Amino acid sequence: MATVAEFDSVGLRYGTGAEVLRDLDFRLRTGSFYFLTGPSGAGKTSLLKLLYLAQRPTRGRIKLFGEELSEAPREDLPPFRRRIGVVFQDFRLIRHLSAFDNVALPLRVNGAKDEEVEGPVREMLAWVGLADRASARPPTLSGGEQQRVAIARAVINRPELLVADEPTGNVDADMANRLMGLFTAMNRLGTTVVVATHDVGLINATPGAQLIRLENGTLVDPTGTLRNPPRSAP
Amino acid sequence: MFDWLFVSPAERRLLGGPRFGGPTPWVIAIMSFSIMLIAATGLALASAASLMSNAIESRYTLQVPGAATSLDPLVQAVRSTPGVTRVQAVPENEMRQTLERWLGPAATSADLPVPALIDFDASAGAKLSALQRRAAAIAPGASIVAHRDSVGPLLHSLELLQWVAFGLVVLLSIAASAAVVLAARGALDTHRFTIEVMHGIGATDLQVTHLFQRKILIDALVGSLAGAFAAAVVLLLLASGAALAGELMGGATLNLIDLAILAVLPFALTVLATWVARTAVLRSLRTAL
Repeated sequence: MATVAEFDSVGLRYGTGAEVLRDLDFRLRTGSFYFLTGPSGAGKTSLLKLLYLAQRPTRGRIKLFGEELSEAPREDLPPFRRRIGVVFQDFRLIRHLSAFDNVALPLRVNGAKDEEVEGPVREMLAWVGLADRASARPPTLSGGEQQRVAIARAVINRPELLVADEPTGNVDADMANRLMGLFTAMNRLGTTVVVATHDVGLINATPGAQLIRLENGTLVDPTGTLRNPPRSAP
Repeated sequence: MFDWLFVSPAERRLLGGPRFGGPTPWVIAIMSFSIMLIAATGLALASAASLMSNAIESRYTLQVPGAATSLDPLVQAVRSTPGVTRVQAVPENEMRQTLERWLGPAATSADLPVPALIDFDASAGAKLSALQRRAAAIAPGASIVAHRDSVGPLLHSLELLQWVAFGLVVLLSIAASAAVVLAARGALDTHRFTIEVMHGIGATDLQVTHLFQRKILIDALVGSLAGAFAAAVVLLLLASGAALAGELMGGATLNLIDLAILAVLPFALTVLATWVARTAVLRSLRTAL
């Protein structure tokens, strides 16, 4: 089966410190839905950074979309990044841009004209319940609203791989369900989804999703076989 | 190639901030003002030196020391020399009248030896050595002096001043470039978060660079033109014969080519600033993943 990402003996250290990720060997199948879990400090965010090409591994190989990118020249990376949608834990919204412009950014980077941007962005903002806040700037939005803008920005380009770091941490249960519904819908359309979360309820509410569990920088399942999530707490 | 100049309002909003904020336009304006004045001075000196050089190239003087006798035989000798095109005698008494302005009554004293002069123009092929011999036979001690020999040191000084002006223009351009590099680095630091986000969603270095390049181009163009305008006002005041101008400019003038060079300078400075900023931004971006 086709894979979106392949990690072979991947390790990561920051500077001269100890390795925060060690001997990661796994594959993410195209069109699958994954939850990444583990205690705080286990390396979830670092693993996601490797996935969305914000970090290079210090050892091992990473293949994304069938291309070996561990040592690819940096000028080769942008086309791959455009195929990935990222929801950051701290939202990473540009403060001086409106919600509309923040959501439109991936389309514009992709070369879309203003008239091609208007419709999809309005539609996406409406979907995340922010149609009437399109011109608001991030500092004037609540944490939950900012998170929804970040999610709208991540999915506006219909990415092949969607990576989300605690995407429901700042929204109420109802909005969390709607957002997970959006992720699931995108997954059904073929997007591979990787969500890092501590939310057991979220995992349990997503049947068919697979679980990646990290502890102390390594995968808990040493065989690399990714399992369906348990019904109980991970 | 120049599509980066024409960006949508949305792309313009990415860097935020006021359109002409920061010190860059002011620094460029001061540099442009200084460069224009120095360049104009250099060009005017070149023009003056050229005029002077052309004027004296074929001019000579026959000096006749203690010339109490008539100058007519000497004038006749000069006039009959092949290649001589103009002859004008300056008798001793005229010389004394001229000197009287500076020396007072002492200029008329017989104790003061004053030569008579015969100015003449001669073409390149004129046989001046033969004339020298004939003149010495008529009036012992008479000698021919080429004006270019006596004015040579002044022309050399003018040429040196032109090079100094050119060097100053280059130095100021380098200083302006350094200021632009600092401004570009400052802008990169200010917008580092925006750049990280743009890189994260797949923007290329060129896409990011174009945003800064356009902003610095506008800042540099506004500053350059403002500085050039101020310099043009000053030059016009000098040229129109203001009291100070007369002292500074002397008889120096700017011809059409000089004016064209001056008109191009602010745009050249803008292009230089933009290119330097683009290089600095690209180099800085390459240090990130």
